[in-house]
Amino acid sequence: MQAFENFTGICAPLDRANVDTDAIIPKQFLKSIKRSGFGPYLFDEWRYLDHGEPDMDCTHRPLNPGFVLNDPRYAKAEILLARENFGCGSSREHAPWALADFGIRVILAPSFADIFFNNCFKNGILPIVLEAAVIDGLFAKATGGEALRIVVDLPAQTLTPADGAVIPFVVEAGSKHCLVEGLDDIGLTLQEVDAIRAYEVRRKQEAPWLFIGA
Amino acid sequence: MVAKTLYDKLWDEHVVRVDDNGTALLYIDRQLIHEVTSPQAFEGLRLAGRKPWRISANLAVPDHNVPTSDRAAGIADPVSRLQVETLGTNCQTFGITEFAMGDHRQGVVHVIGPEQGFTLPGSTIVCGDSHTSTHGAFGALAFGIGTSEVEHVLATQCLIQRKSKSMLIRVDGALGPGVTAKDIVLAIIGEIGTAGGTGFVIEFGGDAIRALSVEGRMTVCNMAIEAGARAGLIAVDEKTVDYMRGRPYAPSGELFEQAAAHWRTLVSDPDARFDRVVPLDAARIKPQVTWGTSPEMVLPVDGHVPDPDAESDPVKASGIRRALDYMGLTAGMPISEIRPDKVFIGSCTNSRIEDLRAAAALAKGRKVAASIKLALVVPGSGLVKEQAEAEGLDKIFTEAGFEWREPGCSMCLAMNADRLEPGERCASTSNRNFEGRQGQGGRTHLVSPAMAVAAAVTGRFIDVREL
Ligand code: SF4
Repeated sequence: MQAFENFTGICAPLDRANVDTDAIIPKQFLKSIKRSGFGPYLFDEWRYLDHGEPDMDCTHRPLNPGFVLNDPRYAKAEILLARENFGCGSSREHAPWALADFGIRVILAPSFADIFFNNCFKNGILPIVLEAAVIDGLFAKATGGEALRIVVDLPAQTLTPADGAVIPFVVEAGSKHCLVEGLDDIGLTLQEVDAIRAYEVRRKQEAPWLFIGA
Repeated sequence: MVAKTLYDKLWDEHVVRVDDNGTALLYIDRQLIHEVTSPQAFEGLRLAGRKPWRISANLAVPDHNVPTSDRAAGIADPVSRLQVETLGTNCQTFGITEFAMGDHRQGVVHVIGPEQGFTLPGSTIVCGDSHTSTHGAFGALAFGIGTSEVEHVLATQCLIQRKSKSMLIRVDGALGPGVTAKDIVLAIIGEIGTAGGTGFVIEFGGDAIRALSVEGRMTVCNMAIEAGARAGLIAVDEKTVDYMRGRPYAPSGELFEQAAAHWRTLVSDPDARFDRVVPLDAARIKPQVTWGTSPEMVLPVDGHVPDPDAESDPVKASGIRRALDYMGLTAGMPISEIRPDKVFIGSCTNSRIEDLRAAAALAKGRKVAASIKLALVVPGSGLVKEQAEAEGLDKIFTEAGFEWREPGCSMCLAMNADRLEPGERCASTSNRNFEGRQGQGGRTHLVSPAMAVAAAVTGRFIDVREL
């Protein structure tokens, strides 16, 4: 995974609660056996006026002018501002793959669905939970005339909107470490081989029925 | 000794190591695999030159993309076909057991796990699928994961996890006639909301839960994820133990008794502390119907569709407005005047034998209304299908005008050919009513199997108790 570096990005406001993973990437695109190329189909049903299918060339599809990411101000957005329970629904990692492929690196919301939240970190996206009042304030700023730019500093755990005060945020230490260093989780876990083997030896004594397999 | 919740017990038994800030390495006993969320995980293993840690801890089945009719012809859509074939190739390469499309044990991943006894009480179970919460009905810690984590479990048999908070939802009292496990869980989601369980593992308890069959409990846990929970749990009792007896992958003989003795301890201690407790009165739960585009947009069948102008929270009001618009409903209209075009009985929520029996009991001697374009019954697995046919349920359905299909996810998410056309309305026993879930522009109303049959034969959502 690529290391997460500090950056200044444009913030696109997506003013809906309960944005689900079916909306982030509709099911027909889940048939791909690849990990890349989902960006053009991000929010497909909201973003385009026609029906999208896998491998479609999106450059000439009719755009929905009312959808936030079709607003030229947000075409290069790297930060997504969202409402409560963002990413609810399925476990599909295609959702963060599509967001990352589009260029989204940070998502701000008052709450996230659990599996989606975890999946983000595995794909270099930083999901940040902020208080509802702070989110409201950012929506007010982001929906004004000019696109809002925010400086994201992960090591310092701060967000700095262009004309505003610094907003501190919380991130779990292990997840932060992996993002900052661009570490592969599996490699880290495999450093624990001995502990895992010792656990298995003990469990085979305590609960042998768990080791009957398929 | 400190009193422990069931969740505490399951957690403690599976921690390999925990670091200072509370991040744990959790051992995973079982992984279920399907075709949609696994190809990139296998590819990751291959690229890194890694091997599965414990091959026999995995069981694979294709379900999301499989056709439910005309299996002999194979899969028509080449993209779906490639995905299903890729699962087969990966399982062969890595030596993982797969119930392929032609196998009579094939079915929806969350139906076959329990059916085969692969799902064991007291185990940790994961799958690249959010409805893995289903298996919590056995007192197992079961949760959905993303593809990177599928790869992580394949490679290490572990996951990096932090412990969730615990919630007890206690459904006290007895259910009224015609009210089912599905109505309980829909009523719960209506009560706490789709984000109500975020950050929690929910244990379902109380008399009404204890009174449910193991299959009913699976229906409840299946939808724990729709309440935002990490996992759903139900304590082990004799029903759980009896269910496990004689299942192909369950222990047998002496080992079964040894296991059962441990399983019986998988209950929350009487004075265990939960971070949140939500009591619910079973007697007050009526048959439920969702009207909107989120499972929390749910009402009793005698209710009226809400009016956004009466909602003071502006984000909620606009959510209601958008949902009514998408669903083609008018504020204030009675639920009983909503008329579906299609009916779907199936999915990992409600496609087990008891669901089909309940549906068939109501369908018997009745006819699907002329206004219904298609009424589908899709059994959860090949074995459920065989059992239903042995009981003559297929005949009852087909005589009533339902189509009887091959097992798979089918119209629950419409990745195969079974789907709604834009604007079509469906009475569905599945678990999600998101926009486009059952086909682009499709409108989903979630109900129990009994309510789905009632809708099929009357052409609208009537209270099944009036049928
Ligand atoms: S039946 Fe529906 S919810 Fe269940 S696993 Fe299949 S697609 Fe997912």
